[in-house]
Amino acid sequence: MSNAHSVAAADAALLHGVEAHDEHHDDGSKTTLGFWIYLMSDCILFAAVFAAFAVLRGQTAGGPDAKELFSLPYVAGETAFLLVSSFTYGMAMIAAEKQKQSATLRWLGVTLLLGLGFMFMELHEFAELIGEGAGPDRSAFLSSFFTLVGTHGLHVLSGMVWMVTLIAHVLRRGLTHANIVRLTCLSLFWHFLDIVWIGVFTIVYLSGVAA
Amino acid sequence: MFGKLTLEAIPYHEPIIMGAVAMMVLGGAALVAGITFFRLWGPLWSKWLTSVDHKNIGIMYIILALVMLLRGFADAVMMRTQQALASTGGAGPLPPEHFDQVFTAHGVIMIFFMAMPFMVGLMNIVVPLQIGARDVAFPYLNNLSFWLTAAGALLINISLAVGEFARTGWLAYPPLSELQYSPGVGVDYYLWALQISGVGTLLAGVNMITTILKMRAPGMTLMRMPIFTWTTLCSNMLIVAAFPILTATLAMLSLDRYLGMHFFTNDGGGNAMMYVNLIWAWGHPEVYILVLPAFGIFSEVISTFSSKKLFGYTSMVYATVCITVLSFIVWLHHFFTMGAGANVNAFFGISTMIISIPTGAKIFNWLFTMYRGRVQFTVPVLWTLGFMVTFVIGGMTGVLMAVPAADFVLHNSLFLIAHFHNVIIGGVLFGYLAGFTYWFPKAFGFKLNETLGKVSFWCWLVGFYLAFMPLYALGLMGMTRRMNHVDNVVWHNYLLVAALGAAIIACGIGAFVLQILVSVLNRKALRDLTGDPWNGRTLEWATSSPPAFYNFPQTPVVTARDAFWEQKQATGAGLQPLPAYGKIHMPHNTGTGVILGGFIAVLGFALIWHIWWLVVAAFAAAVAVGIGHTFNENRDYYVPSETVAETERKYFKQLTSQV
Repeated sequence: MSNAHSVAAADAALLHGVEAHDEHHDDGSKTTLGFWIYLMSDCILFAAVFAAFAVLRGQTAGGPDAKELFSLPYVAGETAFLLVSSFTYGMAMIAAEKQKQSATLRWLGVTLLLGLGFMFMELHEFAELIGEGAGPDRSAFLSSFFTLVGTHGLHVLSGMVWMVTLIAHVLRRGLTHANIVRLTCLSLFWHFLDIVWIGVFTIVYLSGVAA
Repeated sequence: MFGKLTLEAIPYHEPIIMGAVAMMVLGGAALVAGITFFRLWGPLWSKWLTSVDHKNIGIMYIILALVMLLRGFADAVMMRTQQALASTGGAGPLPPEHFDQVFTAHGVIMIFFMAMPFMVGLMNIVVPLQIGARDVAFPYLNNLSFWLTAAGALLINISLAVGEFARTGWLAYPPLSELQYSPGVGVDYYLWALQISGVGTLLAGVNMITTILKMRAPGMTLMRMPIFTWTTLCSNMLIVAAFPILTATLAMLSLDRYLGMHFFTNDGGGNAMMYVNLIWAWGHPEVYILVLPAFGIFSEVISTFSSKKLFGYTSMVYATVCITVLSFIVWLHHFFTMGAGANVNAFFGISTMIISIPTGAKIFNWLFTMYRGRVQFTVPVLWTLGFMVTFVIGGMTGVLMAVPAADFVLHNSLFLIAHFHNVIIGGVLFGYLAGFTYWFPKAFGFKLNETLGKVSFWCWLVGFYLAFMPLYALGLMGMTRRMNHVDNVVWHNYLLVAALGAAIIACGIGAFVLQILVSVLNRKALRDLTGDPWNGRTLEWATSSPPAFYNFPQTPVVTARDAFWEQKQATGAGLQPLPAYGKIHMPHNTGTGVILGGFIAVLGFALIWHIWWLVVAAFAAAVAVGIGHTFNENRDYYVPSETVAETERKYFKQLTSQV
């Protein structure tokens, strides 16, 4: 009953105050919501690839399995790069909210370097595996491993390209409203990749070596 | 230099293919010549191809859908002819390798390049108007989505002339679709066409959900949204949740084919049944993606033409949401024969049957809406009535096949073919054609010829029953799908009837095309200046037809369901000029979408033919254009209030002079 009343009251307020309503001034909330929806779809993409890995992880076709191939200390290093980069991106966002442009750019630069470190370690791992004859065409297990970790890596790479683009945007126009919205979207993306990596770390590496 | 591409790739020796190619080339040349002769390239570029106006984009989607309907239907005619002629021992006109491409192309085109663009087109035209918005949330992204879909469609059409198309069936099950058994480029055309258009669809889904959640007119609470907007919301949520699975699955098959991986291969530990599970985890939601908006259209049509509010609005919304959720837990019914065991099959059989409950509730809602209403038997209503009868039959054969034991007998038989055409033609296509006729005057400002519309409807309805009821019988007799030739006199007679049905459907399509032509020629007589030709109920009718590019001179305010109807009841009149107009914020057109779509089509073609330098070049160009676009800061502008006032003054002057 009170709900019906409040709806009626809201309607009455609407009818009297329409002129003040500027419907197309985007405060960035549309962009952020749209990006969230995109991220959820990306999450499902990863879910499908994770599912494929879960189905195929035992199918080594006589080739090496996770226990023989993976080194946990090495992966811990990769993980450290990525997790710390999430923290530094957070610092960049705090600086951006305070309109401190040079601090924002500095933190973005640090994040970029950490991302590069992660990518370098991942590619090094891939190259070693392929060199040992444990490439993606060796077995279904390795196909799904390279695809899952590689999909995440491609996301990190495109996040880095995006970051360079945004650094150019900030240098060009400063911390405008539009650029803050862009930085916020990349922030969501970057933290999202961190969460996915925790899934990769747990399901691929930890449980692979423990099994 | 050109990868696997040589002049040998053009099928000179196939007269049927070369004939079709010649038709396409001549048609394309005539179109280009016409546009050049009438000096239309400029307007075409600035008003259409680069447009960010949701109405124009919607119209382009529907044009694409109708062109692809003709192509997909030509494939259907070839299949019916082949089976009718090759069922008494003869070989028929189509050799097996061509026949296999035809049935694959038919399915792919009808689902991905006919039904999907038709649906997205209708949503684009109608939803922003129904919620009282000026455009979608991301107008440039909307344009890009269209061009990605068009790029996919282009690749499919190129496959006819250069190379071949997949011979695997529309879902390209491995191991048949693996390199070992399909070494040609057919499957690669399939993969990249669907991958590119699939990304377009996903982006369109993100766009539409954001639009509906963030841009409704003040006062339009969720439970005041028109039902078509509700079904669009649910359908797009399914798109966002299901299409990534398709993307991932097709990517895995591509990796098998391009990098020698072993996801679905026979050797190396691959698992072909995983592909079947994944593709149907997308594929079953996909059929609800298609049919939910059709349900929304029927709801709008039946309520408008019964001059009554929809019966059971709330239950309609809940039924839609139930179907949305349930659609994700039924996928295994497409392959009970996988042998997952009695318990798994029982679960999926029961969940499938449960879907018929919310769907049945909808049927009753439509019936009760008509009950004691003043039903006008216009063309959209005929489509709706045809749907209600046809879809119920198709639904019941679906429930029959949801019984796993029965499905073991009927799996991959023509009974299945009859079932899904029964629901897709009777549900999806009838719905979209109803919507097309219903909203055509909104998009163009004149109605469609009623008589030819009725002719088209009756030909479709009769043709459908003649074409598909025999297939139920043939399925029960044991005829499996995708047969190039058989030797069975009993089946032959049924196949002849089915071919006759296809011929009658052809008359229905002919009448439909004629209807559009005649209506365009008679557009003066059919003109509707009121913007509200059917005495409509929802906000899309509360503006001129076609609406000004800003849709509404002032954002409407909503205080009830059927907002426009309530407003008409309260004021006793339709559209009225406002005392004053304000400035309006609108986006600029941009050519980025069409340029990006072009580069991505080239990228797809290069990937298909292994032209690696072109892959790199096209990809780099696409990335550069995409990033370059973000530096374009001049994206929107204000339409001055004088322009708005002048546009509206002209419109109302025209309106009063006509009356």
